[in-house]
Amino acid sequence: MRRPISLYGLTFSLPLLVWQVLFFVFPLLFLVALSFWTVKNFVMSPDFDTVNWTTMYGRAVFWQAYGTTLAMAAVAAILTSVLAFPAAYAIAFKLSDTARRWAVFLMVIPFFTSYLVRVYSWQIFLSDNGIINVILGWIGLGPYQMLNTVGATMVGYLTLAFPLVVLLQLFSLVFIDRTLIEAAHNLRCGRLRTVFAVVIPSARTGLVIAGLFCFILSFGDFVSPVYLGGGEPTTLSILITDTTKSGQQWPRAAVIALTMIGTLMIVAFAAVKFAYKGKTK
Amino acid sequence: MSGSADLNRNRAVDWALILYIVLAYAFVFAPIAASFVFSFNSDRFPSIPLGEATLDWYRAVATDPLVWEGARNTLIVGVIVGVVSTALGFGAAYTDYRYKFAGKQVYMALALLPPTIPVIILGLAMLAYLSRINLSGNALSVIISHVVVCAPFAMAIIRLRLSQMDPALEPAAWNLGASEWKAMRHVIVPFCAPAIFGALFITMAVSFDEFAVAWFVSGLNETLPVKVLGFLQGQVSPRINAIGTFVFILSMTLVILAQLLLSGRSAKPAKE
Repeated sequence: MRRPISLYGLTFSLPLLVWQVLFFVFPLLFLVALSFWTVKNFVMSPDFDTVNWTTMYGRAVFWQAYGTTLAMAAVAAILTSVLAFPAAYAIAFKLSDTARRWAVFLMVIPFFTSYLVRVYSWQIFLSDNGIINVILGWIGLGPYQMLNTVGATMVGYLTLAFPLVVLLQLFSLVFIDRTLIEAAHNLRCGRLRTVFAVVIPSARTGLVIAGLFCFILSFGDFVSPVYLGGGEPTTLSILITDTTKSGQQWPRAAVIALTMIGTLMIVAFAAVKFAYKGKTK
Repeated sequence: MSGSADLNRNRAVDWALILYIVLAYAFVFAPIAASFVFSFNSDRFPSIPLGEATLDWYRAVATDPLVWEGARNTLIVGVIVGVVSTALGFGAAYTDYRYKFAGKQVYMALALLPPTIPVIILGLAMLAYLSRINLSGNALSVIISHVVVCAPFAMAIIRLRLSQMDPALEPAAWNLGASEWKAMRHVIVPFCAPAIFGALFITMAVSFDEFAVAWFVSGLNETLPVKVLGFLQGQVSPRINAIGTFVFILSMTLVILAQLLLSGRSAKPAKE
């Protein structure tokens, strides 16, 4: 349906384009420019100076935070994928159509509850006198410190990404050609082996993409590391909020942000490449 | 679906998997349920056993003028964001449905990419850029940023509906003498109506809950979620539960409305 450009077509196409160029592309490009500005006496001025890059990249704190964030997001992606898979698998293959529809609906609900409220709620569970420690106390255990630990941060990441990962995995699982699974069974392939040799390879694209989303979400989240992890260890997101909100060091925050975007792009590119490897897309 | 012919179907494994589903949902809903329960609980530092039932936290929230101001900001921002994102999303969805052009992949990337950028980076970029062009620190800046994030959702929802439409419908209207505009008004828009309202409610719900970008750019005109972030930073306060429960009910109402609209008519696809 190729047609010449018309007023009619532009009326529908242009607004979004203009909006996203003005308020999405430009801000990100501005971030690049900003990272070369200088700050003197708490006043930013346009400049072309690499001082922000050399300062930030010269700091051990920055690289520590970078390593921590990368490692935590990677662990979160793997942990969430592994924990979500049995649930997605069971919903895809063990539930009736009606039950599956309800399962999907219920998994969508968390998207419309406040993440902040859920994180606060986890504080109630995990604090020293919280629900879990009280229950453990009944059987003579604890109390354990759970809040302000890396484990608590992981619980937060799971809260953030688990529903999305289950849904994405589920969508890739329900599209698997079921005759493949039956064929495997007919060839006396065991259950577990079928899962690893047939189901997971067939659903690879979706599984990898789901893990990637978890990585992206955890990598950029500042709520869980602060309010469940207690701010220790420092992640890049904490570093950005601290640098932005205290003082006028926006150019340095821009350096951190750009480094994060660069990292995410590399990870996303590698993941997508792996996801579609050997597939004629 | 039950695949009764499976040779190596094992009852114990099936039950274990069902149990796993239940545990997974327990994990997902534990914080939501706890927030609801403890919003009616008198203890300042909530735990079990429960204290007395009370509406104090709701009262504390209801009498806090800052909360009302936040709620008002949230509502104004949410409604405008919903309308604008849905309009932009509709245009983009229709563009994708009808036109092929050079650079369409770039167009689609712009239409779909923003939600994948971490909100903290988007927040910083928006704050820096908008304050440069003197648009930062007010409700307008929150609206601008939220539309960037919400329009892709609207686009996806409406695009899905358009793909259910018989592609011959629009050309048929033209052949019968309708102008492009008339065909849009009398064929496309009515067909997409449920998706349009669905997108409106969903984008509003997304805007109601967004706190990170809003926190960066809102300045003094804080929205309710930014207030909640403030409560979280300050002393631990069960007020969060009261606000959370209230916002949850509001969001769920919108989502269920959207769901009814989206599923209600798609049962009879391509004919209206």
